[in-house]
Amino acid sequence: MQITMTVNGTDVTNEVEPRVLLVHYIRDVLRLTGTHWGCDTSNCGTCVVLMDGQPVKSCTVLAAMADGHAITTVEGLATGGTLDPVQQGFMEEHGLQCGFCTPGMMLTARALLDVNPHPDDTEIRRAISGQICRCTGYATIVRSVHWAADHPAGMTEADAAGGDPAALDDSAGTTTEPGAAAAEAARAIPASQTEPEEVTA
Amino acid sequence: MQIPAPFEYARADTVDDAIALLSRYGPEARIIAGGHSLLPMMKLRLARPEWLIDINDLFELDFVLRDGDRLRIGALTRHTTLLESAEIAALFPIVGDAERVIADPIVRNRGTIGGSLCQADPAEDLATVCDVLGAEAIVRGPLGERMLTMTEFHRGAYETAVAADELLCEVRIPIRPRSGSAYEKVERRVGDWAVAAAGAALSFAEDGTIAEASVGLTAVGLDGTVGAVTELLRGERPGEQLFIEAGRLAALAADPVADQRGPVDYKRHLADELTRRVLRRATDRVAEFAGATGHPTTPQEG
Repeated sequence: MQITMTVNGTDVTNEVEPRVLLVHYIRDVLRLTGTHWGCDTSNCGTCVVLMDGQPVKSCTVLAAMADGHAITTVEGLATGGTLDPVQQGFMEEHGLQCGFCTPGMMLTARALLDVNPHPDDTEIRRAISGQICRCTGYATIVRSVHWAADHPAGMTEADAAGGDPAALDDSAGTTTEPGAAAAEAARAIPASQTEPEEVTA
Repeated sequence: MQIPAPFEYARADTVDDAIALLSRYGPEARIIAGGHSLLPMMKLRLARPEWLIDINDLFELDFVLRDGDRLRIGALTRHTTLLESAEIAALFPIVGDAERVIADPIVRNRGTIGGSLCQADPAEDLATVCDVLGAEAIVRGPLGERMLTMTEFHRGAYETAVAADELLCEVRIPIRPRSGSAYEKVERRVGDWAVAAAGAALSFAEDGTIAEASVGLTAVGLDGTVGAVTELLRGERPGEQLFIEAGRLAALAADPVADQRGPVDYKRHLADELTRRVLRRATDRVAEFAGATGHPTTPQEG
C-alpha cells in the first residue's frame, strides 16, 4: 500500500507492506537511524517519535497508521544547524552516556515542554516513566530537561560567557561560543548512537 | 525482530464504514485503535487477523459528554484524555486512579477505553472500573445499536459479547448522587500489569447509609463485582469494622493463580487489603463529589 506522511517537515511517500512498523519504516526505508529500535514490546521507549506532536512508541504503531500524520524524529529537533534547547540541555547536563535511550528521551522532553514549559521534577519523571535508561542516568536526564526549560531560546552569548547563573556550575567550563557548541554537538550526536541491529539481530 | 504476519489494512472513515468493512471481511477482521495490545499479540502470533480495520480517524467516537444523569464516553477516547478530563475527575475519581497506573504516559497517548474493554484482558484495569461503576456498553452492528451491561459484555478472558460485525461505540456511566469511588493497584514496576487491584464505588442515601456499593477485583480470577460485599454494605453506615469484613469477603471471592507476579496467598492478601483501602477512600471522596450539583450538558475534549 502507498503511504504519505510528513517527516521532520518533509512529505514522504512510499510503498510499504501493511505490517511494516513505523520504527522500521523510519529506520530502514527513510534511513533515519536516529530513532532507535529496542525491546519491540512498547516497554523501553527508545523508539519514541512525535506523531502530531505527541510522543508515541513507534514499534507499536504501523507505518500505515501514520499515513497522513506528521512525524518528528530526533533528526528533526535541530533547526537550521542550531540544536533544540533540549539537545543543548542533554549536552550541558550530561543527560546521556551510551546514548541509546537519548533520542526518545529528548523527544518526550520536547513534547512535555511544548505543553508545560516549566515542569517540576515529578512531572519530568512521570513524562519519561515509560522510557528506560540503563546507564541509570535519570538524575542527569531530569537536570537536562530543566536546563532546556530554563533556556527556552537555547544557549545564549551570556551563557557561553559565563554571565548566566545557570552556567556557573562545572559544565560551564566545557562550553564555547554558541555556534561552535552547536556544530560540535551536530557531529557528536550521530557518533554516539549505537546501531541496534548489530546486537539484537 | 518481531513483525506481525501479513494482513490487509483498511481505514474506516465513519462508524458505518467500519461496520460495513467488518461485515465484508468477516470474523478474520479485527478492529485496531491504539494497537498497544493487538500489535504485540500479532507480533507473537497470538493473534493473526487477515484484515485490520483502523478506526483512528473516527473522531465521532472520541468524546466525553455529560448527558443528564450519565456520562457518555466515546470508545475511541484515549487514556490520556480520560486522565486529563476535569469532568471525569470530579464525577468518577476511580477512573483517574486507574488511568495513572495503566501502562505509561506514552502508551496512554494511543490506547483507548474501547480497545481496553474489547481486549478483555483479565488484568485490564478499566474492566474493573466499568464493572463497579455499573457502566453500559453501546455496541453497533449492521442491524443497529444495542446496549449491554458489563455483565453481558464480558464473556471471560479475551472474549466479549461484541459480535464479529459489531463495533463498541460508547460507554455510559450512571451518575449517582452522594457517591465516591477509588481504585488501587499493586504493580511491580511502572507500566506493568497488576499483581492485584481493587476498585470500589459507593453511593449514599440522604440519611448517610450506603445506598449502593460495588467492589471489583483485577487479575485475581474474579469476573464482575463481589456480590457478597454489595449485600454486606447496602443499608449500613461506613466504618472500619464493616470494611474489614468486606475485605475478608473480597479475598474469599478471589480465585487467583500463582505466577511470576506472586503466589496465591499474597494475591488473596492484596484483595483483602486493597478492598479496605478503596472502600475507605471512596467514602472519603463522597464529601467532594460534584455530581449532585447538576452541571449543564457540556461537551468536553471531543
